Amino acid sequence: MTAASQVSGEVSGDVSVEVCRVEDLPVGEGRAYVVDGEQVALFRHRSGRVSAVQAACPHAGGPLADGQVDESVVVCPLHLTAFDLVTGAATGGGEGSIAVHPCRVEAGVVRVDVH
Amino acid sequence: MTDLVERTGQLPAQRRTRRRLVVVGNGMAGIRAVEELLERGGADQFSITVFGDEPYGNYNRIMLSHVLSGEETEEAIFLNSLPWYAENGIDLRAGVRVDRIDRFAKVVHDADGGRTPYDVLLLATGSTPFFPTMEGLHRPDGSVLDGVFGFRTLDDARSLLAAARTHRRAVVIGGGLLGLEAAHGLATHGLQVDLVHSPAHLMNQQLGPEAGRVLRRTIEELGIRVHTGVRTRGLRGTDRVTGVELPDGSVLDADFVVVAAGIRPNTDVAVRSGLEVQRGVVVDDRMQCSAGEEGEEGSADGVYAVGECVQHRGQTYGLVAPLWDQAGVLADHLTGSRPDAAYHGSRTSTKLKVAGVDVVAMGLAGPERDDDEFVVFSEPHRGVYLNVVIRDGRLVGATLLGDVRKTAFLTQAFDQALPLPEERMSLLFDLGSPDEATSVAELSDDVQVCNCNGVTKGKIVAAVAGGCTSVNAVMGRTKAGKGCGSCKTLVEQVTEWAAGGDLTVDESVAWYVPGVPLAKPELMAAIRERELKSVSAVFRELAPGGVEDAKSKMGLTSLLRMMWPDGIEEERDGRYINDRVHANIQRDGTFSVVPQMKGGVTTADQLRKIADVADKYDVGMIKVTGGQRIDLLGVPKEDLPKVWADLGMPSGYAYGKSFRTVKTCVGTDFCRFGLGDSTKLGIDLETRYQGVEAPAKLKLGVVGCPRNCAEAYVKDVGVVAVGSGRWEIYVGGAAGASVRKGDLLTTVESPEEVITLIGRFIQFYREWGNWLERTYEFVPRLGIERVRAVLVDDSDGMAAGLDERMQTTVENYEDPWQEGAEPVTTGQFRPALPLGMPTVRA
Ligand code: SRM
Ligand SMILES: Cc1cc2nc3c(=O)[nH]c(=O)nc-3n(C[C@H](O)[C@H](O)[C@H](O)COP(=O)(O)OP(=O)(O)OC[C@H]3O[C@@H](n4cnc5c(N)ncnc54)[C@H](O)[C@@H]3O)c2cc1C
Ligand code: SF4
Ligand code: FES
Repeated sequence: MTAASQVSGEVSGDVSVEVCRVEDLPVGEGRAYVVDGEQVALFRHRSGRVSAVQAACPHAGGPLADGQVDESVVVCPLHLTAFDLVTGAATGGGEGSIAVHPCRVEAGVVRVDVH
Repeated sequence: MTDLVERTGQLPAQRRTRRRLVVVGNGMAGIRAVEELLERGGADQFSITVFGDEPYGNYNRIMLSHVLSGEETEEAIFLNSLPWYAENGIDLRAGVRVDRIDRFAKVVHDADGGRTPYDVLLLATGSTPFFPTMEGLHRPDGSVLDGVFGFRTLDDARSLLAAARTHRRAVVIGGGLLGLEAAHGLATHGLQVDLVHSPAHLMNQQLGPEAGRVLRRTIEELGIRVHTGVRTRGLRGTDRVTGVELPDGSVLDADFVVVAAGIRPNTDVAVRSGLEVQRGVVVDDRMQCSAGEEGEEGSADGVYAVGECVQHRGQTYGLVAPLWDQAGVLADHLTGSRPDAAYHGSRTSTKLKVAGVDVVAMGLAGPERDDDEFVVFSEPHRGVYLNVVIRDGRLVGATLLGDVRKTAFLTQAFDQALPLPEERMSLLFDLGSPDEATSVAELSDDVQVCNCNGVTKGKIVAAVAGGCTSVNAVMGRTKAGKGCGSCKTLVEQVTEWAAGGDLTVDESVAWYVPGVPLAKPELMAAIRERELKSVSAVFRELAPGGVEDAKSKMGLTSLLRMMWPDGIEEERDGRYINDRVHANIQRDGTFSVVPQMKGGVTTADQLRKIADVADKYDVGMIKVTGGQRIDLLGVPKEDLPKVWADLGMPSGYAYGKSFRTVKTCVGTDFCRFGLGDSTKLGIDLETRYQGVEAPAKLKLGVVGCPRNCAEAYVKDVGVVAVGSGRWEIYVGGAAGASVRKGDLLTTVESPEEVITLIGRFIQFYREWGNWLERTYEFVPRLGIERVRAVLVDDSDGMAAGLDERMQTTVENYEDPWQEGAEPVTTGQFRPALPLGMPTVRA
């Protein structure tokens, strides 16, 4: 399942990793990968963009990759906290926030930057 | 905030000449003062450094009680998260303790050996729990026994939670606010809690003896054992505490002890810095400290203090309300926005929620002079106690316990010495006058509505004027009601009043889903008219700006599938995870599998299969559910398809907003009282309507006689055999979060009629029920008469259509567990917390 390619490149001081093919992410859904030892949830938005955030919800460890997304937030499946996919902040007053990893699609491959 | 950042950005000249403000104490008072400063444009005048002993941002200490009781998560109580400091250019030294201040060199010395120069210094060191002298509290080496805790910080709350998980018996020393909150929190974790309080009654700071007794009753009803008028003699235990010894020599066994016997201002820094300290750090009306060195006179240059650490005009405070006043005065003063600003002390009026009980206390707890009027109402069994003390026709004291509806008016009357209604009783009850509306209207703008977050009526009114259209919006904008919660009703009243009585209950409440501004009927009309068959199409055509909204997707999917029974343009992301993998997600991200067991009837063969599957996938728990079937809990997502395949049983839909179960009783076949074959009818119903999606769960019950052994009276739809072939049909029953006996829809002559009518009811509910509206809300909303008219008497000529559409739905049913064989999307059953999966490396 996991696209375990070994290519890497330097981007903004972070290590950029090829994680999977864009088709591995169903449109509008999320899937989780272990990237460089870190659990990362990848989302493929209907707009075609991708987002990458920490896989476990800071509230009670909910699996964010199972959450529902739109273009701006992911909603945790356990207690429905919504997190902004750009800032990582919990929207609507809720405190706590998630790590957001820079990522993009290059030639059909999803690249994520990790530290 | 942002506009501040911009402004400072435009004024580099000023920024170079900014004074250096160093705050000692990253707590509620210190940071409130900084916020007030920023609000007055202080960012232009000061470069701010904050030292905080605790390695966190500023959190709402009040909410630690909720964290302990499990009502709140740690994350939720932060008032200023770390990014906030950065955004406001504040240099936060979290986890760094300040040792002393060199007032002559104007330098702060911290415990890490750092030296930080200042122009203005603010002490906001708060206070610490006071440990009374008790035999055996300390080990020979002077250290405190293990298992003895204070209750002041987030770390304290964490230690208490940890202790609560692993122990059974706790003793709390102190029956004031903190002690009661600690006892309540621990009791909610199922611990046996004893509370020892040396004064004669609980909360003696705020309450008189009678009120104290009423409160005690309520506390004891929580299962907490209360010992008042008993001073702790000592602690038992050599290394770790084992018990608490009372004066009479008796011992309360304890696995751990919480000491909440009062607080002491943190004055050590002030003392070491040669500031005048009595019970607290002495400040004047501008919150400025005074020099305490020999021969030194007057106020200490550039050194101020706010919060629980201060002593002002001989007073120290232990609640937040006064801190807000102090912070405001200080900010006015430092920024020069009101140079003459002065703090005159705070009237001690307290609004609290203690161990779930509302407590309001202001001024005198009881009469002191012979000619003081004293009006009392006491109803202990309801935990209600109310009194007012009146002197020379003015309110000089009031206590409200358990019923705080008159808070608004009394606070006002107390603060402003208003003339009082002749009919004194109307101070305690709404005898029509003054009713809530008028009393709220009478409140002046500076009356504090939310003490915890220091929100005045004025701020709420401003929020409403500023476009907040709902109580939630107001609470979000002002933080009002987000502390102990005791003021929520008042916040609602003020908001409603400010919004001109007819508060726009969030228009969005009327919408079917938050992301599409249409109520269900209009939404359905639009969807039908434009033939929208996918969730994204609905967003594209009907959402403002065509923007999709994650929280609306599930409801829309359900609606579309209801409207187009013979198929929609499936978009998997429109479904909630449960409906993507046909199982119920659980706290640890695993899932539960509940195979269908029609009417709660099973076979040896089914049970054998279930047993084998449970063994093969060593399922976490096998549980007989409240829905008369069997739940296999703790199944990893990736195993679901295999589990379904091995079971070879259809889905029981224990995860969906859909038709769930039909509970039945053994009925005529076996029961000597049976009047009708409830088991068969139940199975037929489940066979026909299995898995049908609805606005919310549907749980049915069929019983063979009014003894109601399968709880039909309290199901969404219940059927009761009443003899001579007749069946009663009840709708809108509930025995969950709320309990309601269903309304009798009608009585029919045959099982066939039952099946048809129930199908008609379900379809009616699917078409007219709001998203997530259970039948126990839907039926009362329309009224059973209306429902009966439509479904039984066909008043609106809808019956045929409803039956027809339900028929199509039934014909199109497919068991979702068939999907297991062929995943619909890549990685449909891929773990979402993939620990131990091959890692992708750079
Ligand atoms: C397994 C079961 C408890 C048990 O061990 O018996 C159960 C388990 C859950 N119930 Fe329940 N309910 C179970 C019977 C009930 C019953 C009794 C019944 O069905 O006759 C009720 C009262 C009737 C009712 O539905 O009101 C019931 C009222 C609730 C409620 C309150 C609904 C309400 O509006 O009052 C919730 C919360 C909700 O739905 O928002 C809930 C929610 C839940 C959830 C789904 C919580 C969640 O969202 O994850 C639990 C899932 C646990 C899991 O992972 O499997 N469960 N729950 C029962 C499964 C029944 C079945 O076989 O399908
Ligand atoms: C469990 C609990 C429940 C409460 N419930 C209520 C309630 O319902 N209603 C109400 O009005 N009040 C309540 N209070 C009281 C309220 O929390 C306090 O009045 C308020 O927090 C006081 O604020 P402060 O800034 O003066 O002190 P704190 O909030 O304690 O802040 C002081 C900070 O300074 C830090 N500090 C101290 N010394 C140093 C040093 N030398 N160097 C660096 N940092 C230092 C401390 O670590 C602390 O973080 C409650 C308190 C607790 C503990
Ligand atoms: S009652 Fe139902 S919802 Fe509550 S914990 Fe038990 S199973 Fe979960
Ligand atoms: S675990 Fe994510 S919201 Fe609770």
